[in-house]
Amino acid sequence: MAKLAKTFGFYLLVLVIVVVAVFPFYYAIVTSFKTGTALFQVDFWPKSISFSNYVSVLTQGSFPRNLINSLFISSVVVFLSLLLGITAAYALARVRFGGRRIILFTILSVSMFPQLAVLAGLFELVRTFGLINTPFALIFSYMIFTLPFTVWVLTTFIRDLPLEIEEAAIVDGATPWVIISKVFLPLMWPALVTTGLLAFIGAWNEFLFALTFTSNNQQRTVPVAIALLSGATSFEVPWGNIMAASVIVTVPLIVLVLVFQRKIISGLTAGGVKG
Amino acid sequence: MRQRVRSAWLFLIPMLLVLAAVAGWPLLRTIYFGFTNTSLADFENRQFVGFSNYLSVLKMPSGRVIYDGLLVDPVWWRAVLNTVKFTVISVTLETIFGLVVALVLNAEFRGRGIVRAAILVPWAIPTIVSAKMWAWMLNDQFGIINDILLRLNLIDHKIAWTASADTAMAAVLIVDIWKTTPFMALLILAGLQMVPIDIYEAAKIDGIHPVKVFMKVTLPLVRPALMVAVIFRALDAMRVFDLIYVLTPNNIQTKSMSVFAKENLFDFDKFAYGSAASTLLFVLLAFFTVLYLWLGRVNLEGGR
Repeated sequence: MAKLAKTFGFYLLVLVIVVVAVFPFYYAIVTSFKTGTALFQVDFWPKSISFSNYVSVLTQGSFPRNLINSLFISSVVVFLSLLLGITAAYALARVRFGGRRIILFTILSVSMFPQLAVLAGLFELVRTFGLINTPFALIFSYMIFTLPFTVWVLTTFIRDLPLEIEEAAIVDGATPWVIISKVFLPLMWPALVTTGLLAFIGAWNEFLFALTFTSNNQQRTVPVAIALLSGATSFEVPWGNIMAASVIVTVPLIVLVLVFQRKIISGLTAGGVKG
Repeated sequence: MRQRVRSAWLFLIPMLLVLAAVAGWPLLRTIYFGFTNTSLADFENRQFVGFSNYLSVLKMPSGRVIYDGLLVDPVWWRAVLNTVKFTVISVTLETIFGLVVALVLNAEFRGRGIVRAAILVPWAIPTIVSAKMWAWMLNDQFGIINDILLRLNLIDHKIAWTASADTAMAAVLIVDIWKTTPFMALLILAGLQMVPIDIYEAAKIDGIHPVKVFMKVTLPLVRPALMVAVIFRALDAMRVFDLIYVLTPNNIQTKSMSVFAKENLFDFDKFAYGSAASTLLFVLLAFFTVLYLWLGRVNLEGGR
């Protein structure tokens, strides 16, 4: 009996965790299918399904353009940080030289920087080079959080690979670049997928720089677009459209995260806990 | 060997240059702007003004002394207080809930995969999106939270969660805890999984109460992982911006240091003053980062 109560209590706890975790997103989906006055009625289940919010978000205004901006910026950021990250991580993980500790310390410190600490200085740089309202301002500034993270996680990954795998190549007189591209790259796909995905999510979700360095609807990324989505009048918040836009930008992320969940969990813990 | 070291530097230089351009230089410029009177309207024309953005003393002919600047600005100190309050409460509750979720996920049961997938959902949702989702759920007139609480007779009138002074901070905390507990749980779970199973089996055979096992065995063993996770989260909480800026705009009760700095920089046209606030925020965080690196005994050597 006591054991039964215990099992019941445990599964009740499990149920609470799952409901609390998933309900807000579920409710956003339910809301996104509502229109007109139905929006202002609280319903726990969808009563009728209308796609008009999705149609209006995707056909009116600049939201499709914002999606393309986000996709472009995040992809370029991931590509650049992986490119710079792989070579740097190889050097940091496999070559012993003076100054390595300081470099690792710097990388770790930069990953803790508050974005605000560099905002004024970045604004000046971006303004001087005439990059305000261009995707390049964001691609450049996003490197501040994707690059240290990428280098750090890839360094821990390479450090864990057995030394033997490159010894043969060294004996054969292969150059470091050949070692990276021919020996390490094929082994690093799992780590690259994880770090790439996490960097992509970071860039896709970024808000402060995107808010500061863009000022017209056409150049904005999706988080800023959603935050600033407004109705016909300033008193009327278009909740249906906001929820539809939210669902559109979140579903791909959730799918990616669920597909790669094991890799993501290992990447997160490597970035956060292990040294 | 010499050639290896040379190419190592060759590989590192592009990365270091980018970091210098995107982090080092802008940081120095921010600190510098804090000592000038730069304004957005007249960006190029600036003068060095020393510490007056931080503190300036004005002696009036009447003999009265007027203090001005960030260090005597009540709004700034309110922002510091809000940030500390937010950090302490959110990190404490996230640790407790994260520990509970991690212990659940560490148990063997059917459907564990589903729970782990479910808790990843809040983590995967962009902060802005979760702020908007919760703003809708917490809406004073049409929100589902007020609806549920009214039905359960827990409240007798609808609450303006994000606007009213008493509840704005609670609203911010609810959303942050909801969104970040999964991350905490995953970090703690990684620590829990390093505890060898034999320990639990031995304790079971000896008939030791599970609570005692938890307090005497599990907790001390996961403490290092827990400590690092807590400090990591605290550093993150201290720079909170997105959630507060979107969920409770223009609310003195929730305004964080980051929001204060950003508003002064770009919304109030007090660029230099905002830079000074950013600099103080940086100094504070740098202090805690060093503490983290020290407490976490982060392995910079690379040897295992």
